[in-house]
Amino acid sequence: MKIRITDRAKITPRDQVLALVFSIMAGLFVIGLIFLAFGVNPVFAITKIFAGSFGSLYGFKETITKAIPLILIGVGLTIAFRAKFWNIGAESQLLMGAIFGTWVGLNWGPHLPAPVIIPLMFLAGFIGGAIWGLIPAFFKVKFAINEVISTLMMNYICAEFLTFLIVGPWKGKTKFGFPYTDDLPESAILGLISGSRIHYVTLILAVLTVVILGMIVYKTRFGYEVRVIGENPEAARYAGIDFFRTTLIIMAISGGVAGLAGVGEVAGIHHYLSYPASISSGYGFTAIIVAWLAKLNPFFVIVSGIFFAGILVGGDAIQISLGLPAATVEIFNGTLLVFLIMGDYFLKHKISIER
Amino acid sequence: MEDIIVSVAQRTLIAGTPLLLGTTGEVICERSGILNLGVEGVMAIGAVAAFIVTFYTQNPWLGIMAAIAAGMMISIIHAFASVSLQSNQVVSGLALTMLGLGISSLAGKPYVGKALDEKMGTLAIPFLSDIPILGRIFFDQTPFFYMAIVLALAAWFILSYTELGIKIRSTGENPKATEAQGVNVSLIRYGCIIVGGGFSGMAGANLSISYSKLWIEGMTAGRGWIVVALTIFALWNPMRAVVGAFLFGGIFVLQYLLQPLGISPNFLAMLPYIGTLLVLLMIGIGDSKKLNAPAMLGESYKRGER
Repeated sequence: MKIRITDRAKITPRDQVLALVFSIMAGLFVIGLIFLAFGVNPVFAITKIFAGSFGSLYGFKETITKAIPLILIGVGLTIAFRAKFWNIGAESQLLMGAIFGTWVGLNWGPHLPAPVIIPLMFLAGFIGGAIWGLIPAFFKVKFAINEVISTLMMNYICAEFLTFLIVGPWKGKTKFGFPYTDDLPESAILGLISGSRIHYVTLILAVLTVVILGMIVYKTRFGYEVRVIGENPEAARYAGIDFFRTTLIIMAISGGVAGLAGVGEVAGIHHYLSYPASISSGYGFTAIIVAWLAKLNPFFVIVSGIFFAGILVGGDAIQISLGLPAATVEIFNGTLLVFLIMGDYFLKHKISIER
Repeated sequence: MEDIIVSVAQRTLIAGTPLLLGTTGEVICERSGILNLGVEGVMAIGAVAAFIVTFYTQNPWLGIMAAIAAGMMISIIHAFASVSLQSNQVVSGLALTMLGLGISSLAGKPYVGKALDEKMGTLAIPFLSDIPILGRIFFDQTPFFYMAIVLALAAWFILSYTELGIKIRSTGENPKATEAQGVNVSLIRYGCIIVGGGFSGMAGANLSISYSKLWIEGMTAGRGWIVVALTIFALWNPMRAVVGAFLFGGIFVLQYLLQPLGISPNFLAMLPYIGTLLVLLMIGIGDSKKLNAPAMLGESYKRGER
């Protein structure tokens, strides 16, 4: 008996869906085993997670709230990952956007009406995120510095910088000594869908970003250039694609949209800057899997973003009800990512047993 | 004055030791052509495994062995994904980091706030530790320090001068030609990833039972990522890893030295990360072609493919 592995000739959409569903089921099974190994009832934990996020109206509203940053960041990452630029720094691109947006809101907000200040804040956030994304992009194209390392180091640097701001020069006078900035003025605060924490301006912005970036990827020359750079940088050079320019644009977009998410979190949810870990609960990292689950298709990011937002919300639920640490959710993320990789393999290869 | 110098030097070596252990492992792994971004997660697993076992047995050596075994086991995931399934090494490495951080925090939850009775003590080497100044700096250290140095030298010797080392390096340079010579490329890569995982696990043990005597969630604090950067800094050579790791250990110590001068602690905490960027920048500004990186680093190898 022999196992034979051959390339699958044709992959139908039905195969893709099957592979995806099977990967997620297998992933959940293994997650269950991990829970079991640590004495947590797996059925209870996993049911609790999905009941907490999709099982009630309240939970679902929370899921959408958390899906907003995941979709924004995730869609930016699809572009970067298509070009094989491994942007692991979305977490700090979000924070930089939050810093820039908050500065504009705090300083200009008191003098400007909402229809002026809110677009200005998002613009500032985009610029902040884009700058933070451009630095590693520049390092890569100019000095061949591995972007995985540089974007990660930028994460730590930005988190420390933000903490410096809130305990130092930006510390609010109305916050009783807590390390927070003052509240944003009324005009700089985003409206919510009533009875929820869904800041709809950012939600609309996220969906628009998906549509625009989706069109760019599939319909424009630039989208084609991104694909070529990712698949074959040598060929890109012969095709007359400017590697330098294209990489910078890609990272300005990827960082910029993460910056938008940062503005949304501050202006929509917190209303002031506080510790990095409370502004973003690891959205920049979760969005990596969001992009990967979406097969780097900007449109699919909406679905995968909502799915992982659900896991985050459910993760909070089991944290409270089972007393598990916050990082438990990482087990979900890591395991599902491993199984998605495996699913890809079985999708591309046919495995048969011969006698 | 002498005491201050000795104390700074000692602390530099202490802070650099986990970095050296991790970097040696990552050099071995990357030499075989596999990029492993899971170091941060594997370190966390090692830290928690060492802490738990030491907590119950009171025997730090059993703790270290548990950490090595746990690091090796979890690394099999990356080996399977990147070698057997030829998947993207960046993605599967990230998955390993997430998994490692998640599992370690779940496993360590009951031990948060508990402490070992004592840290793993220093081991003064007879006679050598009596040398003025240098003896106290180099020969009155924790066992981790000696092991890190010996293992780095051993890795350097094996990679440079033995048949196994040649096989590992040529696997990273040209897996197809290596396979044609009758070497099992997959086996070499599996081996290097798993051994590398053992090193990362040991680095984690260093943090939880010797550097401190606690398990704290997130105690690896980005050291795994610094290791990945140090591997580039060391130009994939364990001897240079020794220099790099202690240079970075020095940066960690600098944080505490500069704090009394009134510099914001947040800016000081940035130092290791800015240092990493600067080092990469210095290497990058030089001729990056002379870097001597394994030619097939990060590329999957499929048997029988062109």
